[in-house]
Amino acid sequence: MNLNDLTNSSGEWLRGTGPESDIVMSSRVRLARNIADFPFISRSTDTDRAEIERRVREHVQHLSDSRRLDAALIYMDVNELEEIDRQFLVERQLISREHAENEGARAVAVGQGEQFSVMVNEEDHLRIQVMHSGLDLIAAWERISKLDDLLEERITYAFNERLGYLTACPTNVGTGLRGSVMLHLPALVITRQIEKVFRSLQKINLAVRGLYGEGSQALGDFYQISNQITLGLSEEDVLKKVGDVVPVLIDYERQAREFLIRESQETLHDRVSRAYGILRTAQTISSEETMHLLSSVRMGINLGLISDLEISTVNRLFIHTQPAHLQKLRGEILSASERDIERAAYLRDRLNGGELRGPETN
Amino acid sequence: MKCQRCNNPATFHITELTGDEPQEVHLCEECAREYLAPSKEEMAEVVPALAGMLAEQLAIGQTAEELARLDQRACPICGITFLEFRKQGRLGCPNDYLCFEKELEPLLLNIHGETKHIGKVPQRCPADGKTQIRLIRLRREMKEAVMMENYERASELRDEIRIIEAELRVSQDQSTKRD
Ligand SMILES: [Zn+2]
Ligand SMILES: [Zn+2]
Repeated sequence: MNLNDLTNSSGEWLRGTGPESDIVMSSRVRLARNIADFPFISRSTDTDRAEIERRVREHVQHLSDSRRLDAALIYMDVNELEEIDRQFLVERQLISREHAENEGARAVAVGQGEQFSVMVNEEDHLRIQVMHSGLDLIAAWERISKLDDLLEERITYAFNERLGYLTACPTNVGTGLRGSVMLHLPALVITRQIEKVFRSLQKINLAVRGLYGEGSQALGDFYQISNQITLGLSEEDVLKKVGDVVPVLIDYERQAREFLIRESQETLHDRVSRAYGILRTAQTISSEETMHLLSSVRMGINLGLISDLEISTVNRLFIHTQPAHLQKLRGEILSASERDIERAAYLRDRLNGGELRGPETN
Repeated sequence: MKCQRCNNPATFHITELTGDEPQEVHLCEECAREYLAPSKEEMAEVVPALAGMLAEQLAIGQTAEELARLDQRACPICGITFLEFRKQGRLGCPNDYLCFEKELEPLLLNIHGETKHIGKVPQRCPADGKTQIRLIRLRREMKEAVMMENYERASELRDEIRIIEAELRVSQDQSTKRD
C-alpha cells in the first residue's frame, strides 16, 4: 500500500455508521508523546530529528512485520512528499497543517482503513490519533491505548510522576490526550443558536473548532468539540466529560430541526432541494459553496427530504471535493478555476448515479 | 423577496431565536454567510492565549528587574531561556518542567485547574528520567565540542554517549522480556 492507493478509497470514519452518526460524523482521540532522551522539537537539531524518525520507523516496521500492528500499514516520509500529497493528507485528516508545512525529518504512519495515524516530529515527537465513525470515544481510547503500549515497547517516553507525560506545550502535559467529536450542526447555525452553544461549552472548559483546523471558518457546518484540560483528570474522565455533552448538543440540533420544520417545512424543503439541484447541475463550483450546499443535502437526507442518496456518499464528497483530492483523482495539477470545473463535473457524476461506476470500495 | 441588507434576491430565511420573540431575517447568500459566521473574537476566546496568560501571571508580585533576570535564566540541559519559552509557548526539553517548575506551576493551575497527573502511567517508567536527560546534555556538549573543533573532547563524549545508550537498550530489552 502507498499514498496513491488512498486516493480511490476513503477512511472508515466516513462510513456514516456508529451511534448518532446522523449528527456525529466522527470521534477522534489523540495522544502527545515525547522520547525521553531527546530535546523537544523546538530545541532538537537536524541530527536529533533524523535519529528520532529512524527509531520510530524501525520500531513501527518491526511491529508491522511481526503483525502486531497492521501489516498493510503505510509509512510515509513527509519531508520527501510532493506538496500536493502533503495537502492531500491534511484534507484526509491524517496529518495536521503544521506537519505538512514544517521542515526537516518527519513522517506519518497510517493504519489500514485510516483508523489510526502516527505523526513523527510534529509539535511533539509522537502524535498518535485514532478516528472512528459516529460517537465512539471510549472504543477509540481503548484502541489508542493499545497502540501507545506497542510503541512504548522500544521507546522510552518522557514522563514525570507528578506531571505525567511531558509535552512541548504545557497545555498538553499530563495525559497528553485530546478527545474530540465532530458534529454536523446545520440547524443550530440556521437558527443562530450556535454561538450560545459555543459560550456554554467554553464555560465547562471544552474547545470548539471548525472542520479543518484552528481558524474561525466552520466549513459545511461541522464543529469539533474537544477537551482543553489534560492534567489532573484521568483519560476516561476527560472523555466522559466530552462524551456527556454530545447528547445534549444532539438534542439541541434535533430540536432546532424540528423547529425549522414546524415553522416552515416548505422553506426548509426548498433550501434542501435547491442545494441538491445546484450540486447535480453546476458547471463550475467553489469548495466553499460545495461544503455549504452539501451541508443542506446532508441534513435533507437525515430529515427524509432526500431519499435517493446515502449519507456515506455525502460524507465522502465533503473530503473528495477538496482541492488536493480533486487533483489526485484527476492525476494532474489544476488551477483554481480548473478545479472548480473539475469539482462540478465530479459532483454531477457522483450525484447522478455515478456511484455505481466509481472505483469506490466502501 | 429582497435581501434586507442589499438588493439581491433573498435565498436565506433565518429564524433568529436569541431575542424574546422568534424573528425572521431574509438575506441573500453572501450576506447570510457573513451574518451566520461566528465572529473572530468568539473563536479567539476559545483557545486561551498562553503567552498572555503567562505575562499576566508574572506581572503579579515581581519587579521589572526580577522579570528581566528570570527571562535570562536558561535550562542547563537544552539551553532554552525563559524568554524564549515565553515567546514561543513551547518548552525545550523534559528538564524544563523541573528547571522552571516554580514559574510553570501557576500557569498549569490556570490552564488545567490542577498540578498533579492522574491517569495512565507508562509500562516502563524511567526511574526519574535522569539518565535520559543526561544524554540530552551530553549530545549537546558533543555538538558544541565539534563546533569548537575540539575533536578530542568530542570523541570522549561520543564514547560516553554510546555506553549510556547501550546500557539503556539492555535494561529496555530486559524489561520488555519480563512483560
Ligand atoms: Zn444581501
Ligand atoms: Zn531544557
